This record gives sequence, structure tokens and C-alpha cells, in this order.
Amino acid sequence: MQDAGPESPVSVLEARISLKYDYSAGQSASRFLRAIERGKLLGQRCPVDGRVYFPSRGSCPQHAVTFGDEVVELSDKGTIVTYSIVRVPSANIPLALPYIAANVLLDGADTILMHVLDAKPDQVHMGMRVQAVWKPRAEWTTSTANIMFFRAIDEPDADYESYKEHI
Amino acid sequence: MRPANETNDPALTALKALTASHTLEYTYKRSLGPVLSRFFTGLRARKFLGLRRPDGSVIVPPKEYDPDSGQSLDEWVEVSDQGVVRSWSWVSQPRPQQPFDHPFAYALIQLDGADTPFIHVVDVPGEANMKSGMRVKARWAEETTGVITDFVFVPA
Repeated sequence: MQDAGPESPVSVLEARISLKYDYSAGQSASRFLRAIERGKLLGQRCPVDGRVYFPSRGSCPQHAVTFGDEVVELSDKGTIVTYSIVRVPSANIPLALPYIAANVLLDGADTILMHVLDAKPDQVHMGMRVQAVWKPRAEWTTSTANIMFFRAIDEPDADYESYKEHI
Repeated sequence: MRPANETNDPALTALKALTASHTLEYTYKRSLGPVLSRFFTGLRARKFLGLRRPDGSVIVPPKEYDPDSGQSLDEWVEVSDQGVVRSWSWVSQPRPQQPFDHPFAYALIQLDGADTPFIHVVDVPGEANMKSGMRVKARWAEETTGVITDFVFVPA
């Protein structure tokens, strides 16, 4: 379809592909989402090597064993492992440009969480201690969007040894 | 951190899966290029345009290059808006993005003056109205904009 007038040639074809899904989160992610609705962050511990995966995911991707029903509740504080400075806008991101996309290692977790950080580009650094900033409690749903972004907290930087394997 | 079996929160042990509707969309706009641009511009003017190949045959819709030799084609031909159903398939339960909300036929239709058929739709009351070899004609939309849905076929 063309916006141009009737004399100009038709030069563009709109080829919209629209795929409608009924998405099932599955049992493990559903438990994670129900917990985050209550402001809790759930991980699961691999019974083979003891590493804590976040979000909880039902089975270990490395050892292919079930995690069962045991869950680990994690802190909403963590450490910036790596980050990028984002200068192009994106839907669903509530922060003004430029903002920081960061890999956050939550305290108690052995996997990183990709999220956004409300910080000036000249302030962010590896090892920086951060905490989740949540939406008002009345707005919490079964969604990871309950956490709006992370923000720096007044704690000494984490020791490099504590996060180096996640870089 | 503590394991869940130390919590009394029933929400953490409920295991019914959550579901959500999710629409994944790719809002592509494709550049038609000079040949298909001319074809679709023809549709807007309610004309079917094809290209003549070196052997004299006419392909509708047109292609940029001769399918056998690869040489570019530039002899444009207007063909009829009537033609013949070469084969067809009945759609008894149309899906939301198909062109009708009632049963219809997908058909290979060869327009008079063309040597190639193309796939389009035929609007007939029922499967019994469809037959390979039947004559059809284009029924144009009230407003044509240069898209493949500017027309459907009906029995001629």
C-alpha cells in the first residue's frame, strides 16, 4: 500500500507478519513469576555443583538434572559485572538516554541477570554495588517488569575475584 | 538466601503454569523493484500486466528476468482480467488473516493472454461451485491501492 498519490508508482509492499501465541511459562518460570509478584527473587541450586541459577528454571543446563522443588530466595542487591552504554531508544525501557544496560550478579546467584541501570555513564563501573528499584507494591504483577531498573547503593565495590568468572 | 521448604508461602509451591497471550510481529515493508512496482501499479489501475519472454509466452505476474535464459525482459503486455482455474483447493475453515471470513477456494488461475497461472482466491458459495477448467473473472475492490488483495476472482 502506498501513501503517495495515485499518479506515483506503487513501490512498496507491506508484508506484515503477525504471529499470535498463547505462551505457557511452564511450572518453573510460573513459580518464579508468582514469587516476583510478591517481591521475591527465586533461584534454584544445581544438585551437582551447587551453583545457583537465576531465574529458577527447572533443570540444570550444564548437568541436565532436575532442580526439583527446592528454591533459593535471592537478595535484590548485586554487583555490576559488565555493562554497555545505550544511546538509542527502545520500547519498554523507562529510562532516559543514555542509560546503562548491565549484567548484574545478584548476591547469592551464580548466573548473571541482564537489566538496566539508572546511572550516569561516567559513574558506572565494574564491581559497582547496586540494588533493584521496584515499582510501587500496588503495581506488582507476575512480571519481571516489577523491577524498573537497578541503582547504585552506598557500599564499597565488590572484590574483582567475586565476579570475574562472569565477565 | 534460604530454600523454599523453609517458607510457608503457598504461592511459592503452587505449580499451575501461568499463561499469557503474546503477539510477535514483523512489520516489514518490502521494496518492490521496478518490475513488480509496475505490476502492482497496474493493479491499482485495474489492469493485469505481464512480460513477454523471447519465445513469445507471457508471464503474469512478471519476473525481472527470463526464467530460462536469465536475460532481462522489457516487453510489457496487458492481459485479460478473466481466465481459467487450473487447479484449486477448498478452505472450509478460514483463518483470521485469510481474505474471507467464509469458506473459499485457493486456485491457480491463468488469465487469458498469459501462459503462466498464479495463486489467488475464488469467492463461490460452496465447494460444489469449483471445478478445474472453470472460467473466472476479477472482482475489483471499490478502492484499489496497488496490492494483491485489490481483487478476488468470481465465476465468469
